[in-house]
Amino acid sequence: MTSSTTVDVVVVGAGPAGLTAARDLARDRSVLVLDREAEAGGIPRHSDHLGYGMRDLRRVTTGPAYARRLVEAARSAGAEVRTEAAATGWAGERTLEVTSPSGRRTVTGRAVVLATGARERPRSARLVPGDRPAGVLTTGQLQNLVHLQHRSPGRRAVVVGAELVSWSAVLTLREAGCAVVLMTTQHEQGESYAALRGPARLALRVPVSTRTAVVRVVGRDRVEGVEIRDLRTGQTRVVACDTVVFTGDWIPDHELARLGGLDVDPATKGPRVDAALRTSRPGVFAAGNVVHPVDTADVAALDGRHVADHVRRWLDTRTGAEPGARIVALPPFRWVAPSLLTPGAEAPARRRLLMWADEHRNVPRLVARQDGREVGRRSMPWPVAPGRVFRAPWSLLEKADPRGGEVTIGVL
Amino acid sequence: MTVVDVAVVGGGIVGCAVARELAGRRLSVALLEARGDIGDVTSKANTAILHTGFDATPGSLESRLVRRGYDLLTAYAVPAGIPLERVGAVLVAWDDEQLATLPTLLAKAVANGYDHGGLIDVDEVYRRLPNLAPGALGGLLIPDESIVCSWTSALAFATEAVHRGAALLLRHRVTGVDVGPERTVLRTEAGDVTTSWVVNAAGLGADVLDRLLGHDRFTVVPRRGELIVFDKLARELVEHIVLPVPTARGKGVLVSPTIYGNVMLGPTSENIEDRTATATTTHGLEFLLDKGRALMPRLLEEDVTAAYAGLRAATEHDDYVVDVDADQRYVLLGGIRSTGLTSSLALAEHVVGLLAACGLDVDPREDLPAVPRMPNIGEAFLRPYADAERIDADPEYGRLVCFCERVSRGEVRDAFASTVPPCDLDGLRRRTRALMGRCQGFYCGAEVSRLLGESTGGGAS
Repeated sequence: MTSSTTVDVVVVGAGPAGLTAARDLARDRSVLVLDREAEAGGIPRHSDHLGYGMRDLRRVTTGPAYARRLVEAARSAGAEVRTEAAATGWAGERTLEVTSPSGRRTVTGRAVVLATGARERPRSARLVPGDRPAGVLTTGQLQNLVHLQHRSPGRRAVVVGAELVSWSAVLTLREAGCAVVLMTTQHEQGESYAALRGPARLALRVPVSTRTAVVRVVGRDRVEGVEIRDLRTGQTRVVACDTVVFTGDWIPDHELARLGGLDVDPATKGPRVDAALRTSRPGVFAAGNVVHPVDTADVAALDGRHVADHVRRWLDTRTGAEPGARIVALPPFRWVAPSLLTPGAEAPARRRLLMWADEHRNVPRLVARQDGREVGRRSMPWPVAPGRVFRAPWSLLEKADPRGGEVTIGVL
Repeated sequence: MTVVDVAVVGGGIVGCAVARELAGRRLSVALLEARGDIGDVTSKANTAILHTGFDATPGSLESRLVRRGYDLLTAYAVPAGIPLERVGAVLVAWDDEQLATLPTLLAKAVANGYDHGGLIDVDEVYRRLPNLAPGALGGLLIPDESIVCSWTSALAFATEAVHRGAALLLRHRVTGVDVGPERTVLRTEAGDVTTSWVVNAAGLGADVLDRLLGHDRFTVVPRRGELIVFDKLARELVEHIVLPVPTARGKGVLVSPTIYGNVMLGPTSENIEDRTATATTTHGLEFLLDKGRALMPRLLEEDVTAAYAGLRAATEHDDYVVDVDADQRYVLLGGIRSTGLTSSLALAEHVVGLLAACGLDVDPREDLPAVPRMPNIGEAFLRPYADAERIDADPEYGRLVCFCERVSRGEVRDAFASTVPPCDLDGLRRRTRALMGRCQGFYCGAEVSRLLGESTGGGAS
């Protein structure tokens, strides 16, 4: 029998964004957090190394410890965090269909927060041809395998990508006793933080091939190697390995947003939100990496804090967003979040626009235009680099008109 | 040592159907498969279309068996719970020459005994396929072309064959044949099998086995077909199978909904020599993407969930190569190409006829077990995750292990406990859909491998 529950706020996804939103809202509202995994905490659960909690908890801790802390905070604030509960679709404006071992039910929220996160595109979505042997992984699968299942991935690995998450994969492989024989990136230089790149490469002794692409997976039952093409010369070579890890290339887990018919930003492929993290459906919000695939866990958590204020406002006033102007990223940027400028939406979390770039720019000068006019310009002290979020001040758009035409952001 | 009346060599869709049919007679039957699972070669990587046979060569054996097989499988799918959707197909004409060909194809359909086809004008084409690229001129509607789960079909046949008493001999690759006056001994990697009759349903290896029996009448030319499967979010873009007008070079590239709720683009068609070359290629995938862009540009905006290649057992002959040799007590089912899924049950029926003509007692048994009810993995039918009563009765159906495909731990458990259980992740995928979704294991790959390891007692990865 299908039963139903109604609460003030349903949060889908018990990762950093969802749990932080739940913690802040549970003080004075009824909050139900749904997560399909057997354990709450999201991606940090299986990233067993330091680097979590800097911006939100003001301390540095490991992924699993960070995840436990967020779950505990949400629960002690009064939120119900339900695991093994998968939201599979919508049964109404703010009503979700949920499957769990305790039954198939519907859950209605006076507000809904989608905090479903993002995942890496697997080999198939990247259309890398060849055989389909075992040993082809994403970082997520690798870390699940090593940290949660305590199993060994292989002996010789090639890591595809050289961004932050790629180094996380290298650490995990190393810990599991699997040698990284090569990192390959299509870019001119490794994408991750300049500070990390040199020393980390040195400390981990990983050879990095820039301007190269994996063009084929070799091996019938088990990976025997990958064919690498040098994008400068066109020459190919086969690198022997028994494991290949495809890292980065993030895509939001946007299934619920899509199934619900929410407006989707074609650039992020996540739900389109304004600075208040409101989606196109009144009372439905989206926060964290489903909106900006991907920023660090602590930034996702701060999104959760930010969305809580706006959810509370919606619960009190039941007033949704007015129509606004779209914000569009121009090359070298791929996307910008939020991507909607609505009247009265104030500033986004940390007063930052988050952007993703496909190319390096050393001293970027940003320019915003609307209806043929320049509405803002900023010289940025930090470089634009692929593989990580670029943060720009929201004040770049302070002269843009939410009732005007499309706003574009590019570089001079 | 196994001694039987009939040994069927090849556990693909055809071999499974034949074993099931013969096990329903007063005959002892063994089904020999070289690999560790049934349906693990050609049968697992096809377009999974149940053909009306409208475009077959009139008068051919293939035409007759496809027509008959369509009816048999459609009827069998109901009690066996094989997912099947009658989505219909539209052949789209893109130029005047193709448009002029459509009435000929309609007449051919009628000659093949199919008379529900009809010409539709361009407005009707776009009404039915609103996301089709601009430029179509008209179409031919074949309302009965269907999509079916080829994996469940082969499994249902094999399961019923075993329930009827057939011996399923996996990892029994035939390496030699000794035909005696009354008994034939099949030498296999796992020991000898002695039989009166041999049915060759060895697919890509059918010509090799045929030569082991002393014949030289055909050569299998593997025809590689690469396919791209798009994300489930693309499913709403296309409600029919979209077919090109066939040319001398083959049936061409189609776009079709899949029974699992995805959209498929393919296949390529490339004759190759290596009978194990199931790798996808750069040129194949690029070719398909170009075709897809020309047919339905909107499709290309969705993510790709999987790309794979299958081999069809084509030969130098235009028709199936089916023959019986009474002296050798040997039936050949060769050159059963992509239509084999549709014709499988009719081929099995045909074999019974051939054996009867040779004087074998093929009377049906009266003590047959009920048709097995297979787990549903079709997207259009109620699946356990959405079945409130089922979850209330057994919470394991509410415990999802594969989120993208919504596969429950209960279904994985059932697969391992089934009559024909999986031996690897790929086999589990074909029985439950676990790991065939958009994340390809990002979330659940490690957990599903662990369940497989538990069940098979090894450390499978």
